Amino acid sequence: MANESLNILIVGVGGQGVLLASEIISEAAMKSGYDVKKSEVHGMSQRGGVVSSHVKIAPKVYSPTIQYGQADVLMAFEQAEGLRALDWMKSDGVAIVSTTMLVPAIVTSSKKLTYPEDAVGEMKRKAERVIIVPADKIAGELGNPRVVNTILLGVLSNYAPFEYDLWIEMLKTKVKARFVEVNLQAFERGRNIRLSPVEA
Amino acid sequence: MRELLSGNEAVARGAYEAGVRLAASYPGTPSTEILETLAARFRSVYSQWSPNEKVAFEVAIGASIGGARALVTMKHVGLNVAADPFMTFAYTGVNGGLVVVSADDPEMHSSQNEQDNRFFARFAQVPMLEPSDSQESKDMVLTAFELSEMFDSPVLLRMTTRVSHSKGIVELSEPNSGPDKKFVKNPAKYVMIPSNARKRHVVVTERLEKLRQFTEKTPLNFVEENGSKIGIISGGVAYQYAKEVAPEFDYLKLGMSYPLPLKKIAEFIRNHDRVIVVEELEPFYEDQIKAAGFPVEGKKYFGNLGELSPYRVAQGLKEAGVIDEIKAVAIAPEPDMFPRPPVLCPGCPHRGAFMALKKLKVAVTGDIGCYTLGVLQPLNALDTCICMGASIGSAIGMEKVKGSKKGTVAVIGDSTFLHSGVTGLMDAVYNNSNATIIILDNRSTAMTGGQQHPGTGLTLMGDKAHEIDIKTLVTALGVKNFREADAYDYDAMLKTIKEEMAKPGPSVILTRRPCVLMPKRIMDEPYVVDLELCNGCSACFRISCPAIVASTETNEHGHPKAEIDITLCTGCTLCAQICPTEAIILKSQFVEV
Repeated sequence: MANESLNILIVGVGGQGVLLASEIISEAAMKSGYDVKKSEVHGMSQRGGVVSSHVKIAPKVYSPTIQYGQADVLMAFEQAEGLRALDWMKSDGVAIVSTTMLVPAIVTSSKKLTYPEDAVGEMKRKAERVIIVPADKIAGELGNPRVVNTILLGVLSNYAPFEYDLWIEMLKTKVKARFVEVNLQAFERGRNIRLSPVEA
Repeated sequence: MRELLSGNEAVARGAYEAGVRLAASYPGTPSTEILETLAARFRSVYSQWSPNEKVAFEVAIGASIGGARALVTMKHVGLNVAADPFMTFAYTGVNGGLVVVSADDPEMHSSQNEQDNRFFARFAQVPMLEPSDSQESKDMVLTAFELSEMFDSPVLLRMTTRVSHSKGIVELSEPNSGPDKKFVKNPAKYVMIPSNARKRHVVVTERLEKLRQFTEKTPLNFVEENGSKIGIISGGVAYQYAKEVAPEFDYLKLGMSYPLPLKKIAEFIRNHDRVIVVEELEPFYEDQIKAAGFPVEGKKYFGNLGELSPYRVAQGLKEAGVIDEIKAVAIAPEPDMFPRPPVLCPGCPHRGAFMALKKLKVAVTGDIGCYTLGVLQPLNALDTCICMGASIGSAIGMEKVKGSKKGTVAVIGDSTFLHSGVTGLMDAVYNNSNATIIILDNRSTAMTGGQQHPGTGLTLMGDKAHEIDIKTLVTALGVKNFREADAYDYDAMLKTIKEEMAKPGPSVILTRRPCVLMPKRIMDEPYVVDLELCNGCSACFRISCPAIVASTETNEHGHPKAEIDITLCTGCTLCAQICPTEAIILKSQFVEV
């Protein structure tokens, strides 16, 4: 058991698989001998609204939520949500952001509200370590649009203190049997994406 | 055995380990998963959804008096509904132990208020336990049942959203079978006629005195010494936040927080230069400690609004001058981000009703459920939302005083109607209201995740049940103007509502399209937008469907044309019905040129 601690904030939009991703990370942390807590909100906030899940991993965890500004890793399944949550991250944190764009009706029907022109670019301007993942494109290549979350887990695996085999075991147990194969492929595609050694 | 459990799952596990024989509830965020977990994983506990929290509480009372350990769970506002049996059951006390779980929602993530239900323990003069994480949630259920039987009292287990919906590692134990008791006739204890109730009130007062002694000694309230001159008194999830940001201080952690261990608190205060109370929402500990004559500080640094967080606790402690620095927030928040509120799902049948109501500009009294989302932009079709069942009574009053020139319509869902709308409708008939009431029957308690209710034909544990027929029920109450309408037919909805509003006496319009998500996902052939025909008028954007997105193509004014995400579109046809250029057509009929 390591002495490291890791605060992971996962954000996205209802239906993107935020909760399954945080479930996999939390179980992996427990099986790796860490204390772990995770926190999220259910109910009204899920109907197409923002979903966020806090995962805290350490030898001993108190608060189930991350202190504002103290996330080590920000995983964003949607680029504007990544930009919205970026201030939760430490200055040297790693942001893993999918280029996915989901523009809500409240914006399309409004003359005043706008969706950011270049959310991932803005994230790069504000933080040092931003990994932009074309997860929609990769998921399309794999033939299943619902594996965006697993691709991002693959990227995360380069920055989380769990054994490779444990990730594979978690995917096999948490994902429905007929989707295991495509999720394993998605994980590998994500795992090949990381900050270049110079940036890291 | 260790398992990663949410606070709610841990409560279910605790009930199983405590040998609970009956659990009853009405779904409500953040409490719902307790009974769902029991029904899914601990089938030895008989679990049921009741039509509302009051009935659920009474069912649990019956089980307790019948000799079994019983659990009743609800969200904070549910205890308002169940307050009547709760307050008097506090007098009779239990036979088998009874634990009431109140899951409060500081910050109102999914609620209409953020009332602090710790006051209910003091109001009813019953003991209260406050877990701060999943392990404590499980352990305290077991302790609560022991206390319930030891002190002959219901016990309030007070959770909050961050305890209920956070997961943590829980050490499991073997289940016990609970005490073996039978019903014994004892009207002096259980029949609360005035002459008996007066004697029981004496018992309540004596019991409280015994609880005051117990709370001083129980390990549920413990001191953690770190050699600091600063002391923190805290409980619930606020304790975890404080420990995270200021582990160096001494702590008095309150696990049993009613009655408060005032002697222990006094000693803790004597041993420290300064004592700060860190609690979420109202100054429940602080006011009682001050009333007992002890100097503490608290709310002036933390406020009583919304939920606390590590950051807010750190800010408060800094303001109090006991910590110097808060860990830096290095990245500036993004200004002017668009909001992303929850919305009605693609294909949600409620949308058709709200499109018609918006067009008619009537006063719409609303209720609690997914359809409350009808208030948000761009639908803007709801004028009130107070509590479960309030739509009908409010419509009656508004209509009696002619508050709206355009007329008054109440909107209520099936589960909410059966929860507490029926009595409102009885009032509408009895007092000859002219209000029109739309019952949006989607055959589900949808907002909380699609739970069964008395109209769905299934119980929580999956058994077949009689389906209460809303039409039969409504007409039996004496409603003469009863119509059914298809919520996917915009013109028919408009026409039906207009006609019913013109009639004297109460009218009920029933829509019966099922929820598109539960129990089964409804996906008919999707529609697409013919961009040649779309003129970018935004009419379809204004019905707030997540499947309708902006195209990169624009019209001559630079406004975006519409596109439909065919992976989300359910084929409900509502957007096609209101498109002035008939640009929205079935995918199979679209021929690209």
